[in-house]
Amino acid sequence: MPPDKPDVLHGSLVLMVLRTLDSLGPQHGWGIARRIEQTSGDVLELNQGSLYPALLRLEQLGWIASQWGTSENNRRAKFYSITRAGKKQLAAETENWERISGIIGRFLRPGGVAS
Amino acid sequence: MRHLRVLWRRFAGMLSKNRVERDLEDELAFHLQMETAELIRRGMPPEEARCSALRRFGGIARTKEIYRETGGFPMIEVFWRDVRFALRMLRRNPGFSLLAILCLTLGIGANATVFSWIEGILLRPFPLVTQQERMMAVTGTNRGVAGHDDVSWPDYQDFAKNCTLFDAFIVDRITGIALSVGDRAERAPASIVSSNYFDALGVHPILGRGFEPAEDIGRNAHPVTVIGYQVWRERYHGDPRIVGKALMLNGLPHTIVGVAPENFHGTFVGWAMQFWLPLSMQELFDPGGYKLEDRGARWIEGFVRLKPGVSPTRAQSEISAVAKRLEDAYPATNRGRGVRLYPLWQTPFNNAGTLLPTLKISLAVAIAVLLIACANVSNLLLLRSFRRRHEMAVRLAIGSARRRLFAQLFTEGFILAAFAAASGFALAYTCRNLLVLLLPARGGVSMYLPGGLDWRVLALSAGVCAVSTLLFALVPALQASDIDLAGAMRAESGGVVGGGRRALLRSSLVQVQVALSFVLLVGTGLLMRSLRAVEATNPGFSTANVLATTIDFAAAGYNRDRTRNFQELLVDRLQSLAGVQSAAFTGLAPFTVRSYQSASIAVEGYEAPPDRQITVESVGVGPSYFATMGIPLVAGREFARTDTGAAPPVAVVNEMMASQYWKGLDPVGRRFQAKGQWLRVVGIARMSKYRNLTEIPQPFYYTPLLQTGGGSGLEVRTALPPETLTKALRSEIQKLDANLILGEVITMREQVDRTTAFRRTALGMFALFGGLALLLAAIGLYGVMSYTVSQRMREFGLRMALGADTADLLRGVVRHGLKLTAAGILLGIALAMVVTQLVANLLYHVSPRDPLTFAAAGAVMAIASLAACLVPAWRASQTDPVRALRT
Repeated sequence: MPPDKPDVLHGSLVLMVLRTLDSLGPQHGWGIARRIEQTSGDVLELNQGSLYPALLRLEQLGWIASQWGTSENNRRAKFYSITRAGKKQLAAETENWERISGIIGRFLRPGGVAS
Repeated sequence: MRHLRVLWRRFAGMLSKNRVERDLEDELAFHLQMETAELIRRGMPPEEARCSALRRFGGIARTKEIYRETGGFPMIEVFWRDVRFALRMLRRNPGFSLLAILCLTLGIGANATVFSWIEGILLRPFPLVTQQERMMAVTGTNRGVAGHDDVSWPDYQDFAKNCTLFDAFIVDRITGIALSVGDRAERAPASIVSSNYFDALGVHPILGRGFEPAEDIGRNAHPVTVIGYQVWRERYHGDPRIVGKALMLNGLPHTIVGVAPENFHGTFVGWAMQFWLPLSMQELFDPGGYKLEDRGARWIEGFVRLKPGVSPTRAQSEISAVAKRLEDAYPATNRGRGVRLYPLWQTPFNNAGTLLPTLKISLAVAIAVLLIACANVSNLLLLRSFRRRHEMAVRLAIGSARRRLFAQLFTEGFILAAFAAASGFALAYTCRNLLVLLLPARGGVSMYLPGGLDWRVLALSAGVCAVSTLLFALVPALQASDIDLAGAMRAESGGVVGGGRRALLRSSLVQVQVALSFVLLVGTGLLMRSLRAVEATNPGFSTANVLATTIDFAAAGYNRDRTRNFQELLVDRLQSLAGVQSAAFTGLAPFTVRSYQSASIAVEGYEAPPDRQITVESVGVGPSYFATMGIPLVAGREFARTDTGAAPPVAVVNEMMASQYWKGLDPVGRRFQAKGQWLRVVGIARMSKYRNLTEIPQPFYYTPLLQTGGGSGLEVRTALPPETLTKALRSEIQKLDANLILGEVITMREQVDRTTAFRRTALGMFALFGGLALLLAAIGLYGVMSYTVSQRMREFGLRMALGADTADLLRGVVRHGLKLTAAGILLGIALAMVVTQLVANLLYHVSPRDPLTFAAAGAVMAIASLAACLVPAWRASQTDPVRALRT
């Protein structure tokens, strides 16, 4: 694994999964992993294995649902989709993320803490 | 809400484990395939693409592990795995498992049994009765006189009227009734109760009604009865139209107004009541005349229920204040009279009070047995854990966490305890009603003392079981936690030096066992000596050749004159029988459960303390009573047939009464006043016992039956065995009047023995458990000694090779064993010094620290441990030096 690619923060993984499913519709696990890496311009290296326990956890929380279906290459695959509760959670987390990143951003601006 | 859903999903995941596992397999395989295909599409060679995909994924096994932990309940699954492993271990070693389970079964079973007794007899003795925890027993007190007294009905009504902290005052006076069955009569236990009885207890008759307030009032005005469920089923075959039918009780027709529900046996610990009668019928069923309007006639036993939240202390102070007011208002009858409330488990007038000390001791003994059993199992586990040391070390070496080993050991302990708890409960279920067998039937009616195996008992026993699991599994677990890996992995075979700490642990466990069994042995010894002392006590009357029985005149409707005539006739006829020396009637034979009459007296020339009433008990006796009973008169004469109602009233006093109230003067010819009548003393009787052998001597006097009336007790001095006389008696009575009921015929010896039955029960309990404990301790000692010997084989071989002979080795091992025992006994002596105080109130003429008993217990313990050491010692002495040194 190339050392210079940053790891995915745990909390942000949830946000990315929900956002992916919200904008692209039902996806299988590999599709989600691929999409996250693509969106980051292949800068972000996802530990793909950690995706699946996270998906199970989200499903247990009721934010996503899963269903077995057929993939684009005609294979049995598990498709995940976002639920209504998941959309609510996404909205809440997005707002939260923006607020926090705004605050961090202000800190990092030159002279941010002093002003 | 969210947590609940997560829990549910996890649970569902655990149940459909195989499917989840398969799905995950498929999903991950699909992912890798897609990734590989993608990499190939980007131009990677297939082999490299597959490797790269795997690398980017980052560990399939680990992902699966995390996934599993997220998906189910790993704790439960691990626990379940431990359980299965433990079961396999136990099956592989059935001898060990059975022995351990047996030990624990005895311990847990003994505890659960005693808990069920305490629950069923002391804590919740009355099935179907609501809010028993707020019920208290009511008794009267008499200033300056120890013990309890009854309460009069006018006083009782005043308490009910003037107290505000009570929900209900109920009367429950036990009585025996005679009911006609065809042409003969039968006795049955019954209760005279106040009209609020059933309502206040929350017990609803299944047919008909309880009593009505009007039925408290009037002299024999309401001959009605509520019958017990069993009577209804057995005598009336469950007749649904039973209410309104008549039934002969004590010679008078009574109307059945209700049937009590199944399992309701009244409110008297020790007897299952079959009939209930209203207060107004008191005169017919309670001897001694009409008492409902007499404030001085104390005959009522009863219960109160406190209002919710009222403490017993507050209730007591309120009712005492009312009693004080009554004392001021009615000094003639109430001077010095108070009232006392008891919690149900201390009720002095039923068998709760008499069984309390026995049950306390049983509990202490059961706990001791459980501790010994735990120590024993602990020792067994320790021994086995040593054998499994290699296994433990291997598990630690390949990365098992120490807490996993702990969990494993505790699981094994838990399983042993679970098996033991199950069989212990079965044991308790079998023994829950055993207490009745240890106590004799009285008057032909066996006692009713059911244990209560309810959820509380089960919960408490389960708790005890859990605590004992911790106790016995802790020691092996602790020692497993400091396994020295490097040392243990080396194949070890009989080093000369055994693990010092482990040996110490095992030794101290054995010492604890020895100490506890020593305490039980001391208890057994003390009780045995007390019983001996009690049985050697002279009751003051003949026991072997005097027979006692009763004839129920009241039940046959006899009045005073008819009774007297019959008594004279029967005594004459009996005295003409071969083998009968003399016969006499009495109001109450000594050593029965019923109480004597008591009266406040005034002695001519004796000044009583101002705030006290002198109360002395008395009994009416017929002519030649003292000769029949073999009670010598130290002065004066006994009653004759001339002491009739027409002659001046007379009395015979006992020595104590003579010395207490006449102080050195000769009382014969002097007078005292009782119940408003002056009695002239005509004789002084030698001291004798009245209730039991251990009672404190008290003043007492006798009156002639011919003057006071009544007398249902018959004493016969004879050399004939009771069976022969029963037949002759029955036929004599039959000839005179077929309607009279003859009670049980027993010797006075038997009568006396019945009062010591509870001592034999306690002793039996101690002896049984003491023997058991001794056996367990001996097994423990044997285990330690054999183990030590097997560890020291090489040392023994070496010593033999160097010239020691078999006697040396034998002595050495035995000495080691006895040293262990001696330490245990020392510990036991210290313990026994303290805990034998527990049985102090059962002891009689023996100090709880009686040195002889302690010495004897020590000797028994030493002999038992010597026996336990001999086999291992013999094995040590048979060591073959060549073989021992070669291995």
